Amino acid sequence: MNNKLIIIPAYNEEKRIRKVIKEIRRVDKKVDLVVVDDGSEDETYERARIKGVVVLRHCNNLGYGAALQTGFKYALKNEYDYVMQMDADGQHRAVYIREFFSKIEEGRWDVIVGSRFINKAGYKIPFMRKIGMGVFSWLASVITGKRITDPTSGFRVINRKVIKFYASNIYPTDFPDADVIIMLNFSGARIKEIPVMMRRSTKKTSMHNGIKPVYYIFKVFFSIFLTLFRERKKI
Amino acid sequence: MSWHQQVFALLMGGLIFLIIVELVRRRKLKEEYTWLWLVTGVIIFLLVIWYDFLGVVTKLIGAKIETSALFIFGLLFLILINIWFSVKMSAVVDQVKNLIQEMAILKEEIEKKSYILEERERKCRIKKRSADSVDNELKKYKEER
Repeated sequence: MNNKLIIIPAYNEEKRIRKVIKEIRRVDKKVDLVVVDDGSEDETYERARIKGVVVLRHCNNLGYGAALQTGFKYALKNEYDYVMQMDADGQHRAVYIREFFSKIEEGRWDVIVGSRFINKAGYKIPFMRKIGMGVFSWLASVITGKRITDPTSGFRVINRKVIKFYASNIYPTDFPDADVIIMLNFSGARIKEIPVMMRRSTKKTSMHNGIKPVYYIFKVFFSIFLTLFRERKKI
Repeated sequence: MSWHQQVFALLMGGLIFLIIVELVRRRKLKEEYTWLWLVTGVIIFLLVIWYDFLGVVTKLIGAKIETSALFIFGLLFLILINIWFSVKMSAVVDQVKNLIQEMAILKEEIEKKSYILEERERKCRIKKRSADSVDNELKKYKEER
């Protein structure tokens, strides 16, 4: 059995999901793929059911973090050694898959994060979001004592130790973000950022739309604050 | 405390008690949550028959009149009970999340296993069919001979 798995959490992605799967398959035909349909109201589930792709379906919408966690639980149950997470909106480029997996297979790192801002490779983001990302990046760097340039990146690969950690109830199920990076660092995980280029999401409604950014900022700040006072479990 | 107030408070205490007992009897409320409401009813009852105690508490917290003390404790009680419910709700949300995740994984496993079973059955059917056709041909051959 393959020991590498790619998890794609998807919510109402009927227009993009197949394209993302095909892009991954073009780059790597052998890697196992699991799409977690987070209770979509459209035909994401039906569109994702392609030969060789496992589709897990939530009967309710649980949120981005919970969808990812279902994938981690699946990976743990099926004894995968490395798990990569990619977004279903086509933001993440499949060309990096091999680089990510080969880096983590070296065994020097527990988490590899794809960063948009190491090389400042032309990724344009709205001004307010840029400020938010900058603040979280600064905060994560100060607390961990390491340079973290893109703590909000969802383009990551992790090894078995971190899969176990993510599959536990510690993992936040709404917005796993800078707080998770800090938590991982406190748990002794070795984190490495590598430069990547990402596309702009074509999805009209992001998970950071509406009133959600207000809650998101509060939640990440509060979670970071609490992480400082929580018991630090070693991974 | 006038007798009007005493009767009203006693009626309220008794009513809360009766509602709680009835809800538990109909299994609409778990025994786990009843103690809190029963204690509330008992406190109301105690305050009615031991009004001086309320006076002591009022002086202790620096309130001017007994009704203010009652309001403060009523509010505190409601805040605490809401926090307690939030804690319980968080636990329930976590449990529901875990159940949905587990269900999604198990459903996929069942689908995979039933697919494997169907495939096996199909192969068995094909094998049987070919074995049957060989038998038939043999039979036909024997008859012709």
